[in-house]
Amino acid sequence: MTASATAKPSAFRRLATWLHGRSRLQLGLLLASPLAWIGLAYIGSLVILLLNAFWKTDAFSGRVVPVFTLDAFIQIASDEVYRTIALRTLGMAVAVTLTDVLLGFPIAYFMARIASRRTRRILLIAVLLPLWASYLVKIYAWRVILQGNGLLDWLLEPFGISGPGLNDLLNSWVVLSYLWLPYMILPIFAGLERIPESLLEASSDLGGKAGPTFRRVVVPLVLPAVVAGSIFTFSLTLGDYITPTFVSGTKFIGNVIYDNSSLGSLPLAAAYSFVPIVIMVLYLGLARRLGAFDSL
Amino acid sequence: MTESRWVRIGLRVMTGVALAFIYLPLLVVTIYAFNASRSQAWPPPGLSLQWFIEAAGNGRVVNAFVTSLLAAAGATAVALVLGTAAALGVARHRFFGREVISFLLVLPIALPGVITGVALAATFTTLRVDFGLPTIIVGHATFCVVIAYNNVVARLRRLPRSTEEASADLGADTWQTFRRVLLPAMRTALLSGGLLAFALSFDEVIVTNFTAGPGTETIPLWIFSAIQRPNELPVVNVVALVLIVLSVVPVWLAERLSGAASAVVR
Repeated sequence: MTASATAKPSAFRRLATWLHGRSRLQLGLLLASPLAWIGLAYIGSLVILLLNAFWKTDAFSGRVVPVFTLDAFIQIASDEVYRTIALRTLGMAVAVTLTDVLLGFPIAYFMARIASRRTRRILLIAVLLPLWASYLVKIYAWRVILQGNGLLDWLLEPFGISGPGLNDLLNSWVVLSYLWLPYMILPIFAGLERIPESLLEASSDLGGKAGPTFRRVVVPLVLPAVVAGSIFTFSLTLGDYITPTFVSGTKFIGNVIYDNSSLGSLPLAAAYSFVPIVIMVLYLGLARRLGAFDSL
Repeated sequence: MTESRWVRIGLRVMTGVALAFIYLPLLVVTIYAFNASRSQAWPPPGLSLQWFIEAAGNGRVVNAFVTSLLAAAGATAVALVLGTAAALGVARHRFFGREVISFLLVLPIALPGVITGVALAATFTTLRVDFGLPTIIVGHATFCVVIAYNNVVARLRRLPRSTEEASADLGADTWQTFRRVLLPAMRTALLSGGLLAFALSFDEVIVTNFTAGPGTETIPLWIFSAIQRPNELPVVNVVALVLIVLSVVPVWLAERLSGAASAVVR
């Protein structure tokens, strides 16, 4: 052991001893770097993005110049394409959320209330596993199934019909519902598991049959968990630009932002970013009122 | 409440349907990886291992794999340091604006990824930062910090403060308490948070598309471009299968960790 090796920790220790009892300073040191990080890297970027929405694109050079204008917002409001795309994406988010609730609720219910401990554990792993499998691989898998002469066409051939190919909005509905399904199953499962058995016994002691007990005890108690799951299905659908490109050949809000950020007009991309941000802020507000934040 | 026989049977069937829906596409890609033909038509005419050899010899794929590992390691390291610091601050101190900090940290996963992506791209362009591995790491770390923070803060909330007080009563300074008491108690939370952050970063494409720039390619970015080139599809099938198989590793580790964690903290 060298002299410097022993000297270093002792200086460090002196600092640690000095810090002991200076709680405010400790707190400041702990929070300084994460706050600087999130403030500069994330909030700072958001501010720069939102500033860009009010800046002018120079007509000759195509560069963005910091001159205040509402051009980008006027373009979005007046061009019908942008309204159609926003409504299409929003409608898709609603459809995907409902589909995932319908598909996810029975399996979550089975896992939480009927399956044995062992089966529950296996099912939980089976639901978790695809969350770790690559997002792009899953989209690609669906492309392989849906493409001309693919598995779907082969299955439909005996009936004399062919699949939709890769140019149908319905494909995006199936694939997005597929991608976000585990995000819905897991919160519903956790919500159902939290319902104490005694409440259900009380309901049946009071003469409640299975149907009314489900409607009037289980559903209200599990609703916050469903809303928590829907935050994921909603937000992830609103931001996706890869699924619609690869399986539907159509454009969502994310595509307009992505296309314009690299090749088109950054102010337009920035202004259009307000659409999902505003929708998500409203949605988060609603979810909070329904108590979803305690179920996240 | 007991569910009737028919409800049980119905639930069992629906569970089977959901599981089939989840696993069928992954199974199809697995079969295609062994396709003897270059064509993507179903059914494959025969089986072969030739595309595995081709994939292993594909320099671009191997490079992309290394880039992905480096990006994920970088983002995870940043996330663990910053996430743990923030979690210690929030869970072990009372101060004005504590709720604001939790909200700020969650924001990057509550807003769609495309917003994070375009915001970072706009910032890097405005500040004239060169795109490359460092910008990818910055992009991934924005949402990885939340993951580490959530895991550590949840652990610290369940951890009784009495152990730290006992350590201080016995004369340990702040560093000794952190090193000998808090760190061992947080170990599994750090591991599982780091694991999730690593996996998310390794798989991320929505933000990466905005922050990678032309010269740098991660595995998801390679798949993104290769999907659009029909003669690359056989290699895409193999890479896809490898990623599906690799996804078992974190689940297996997480299972073992959750067992270990429940032994430490109940």
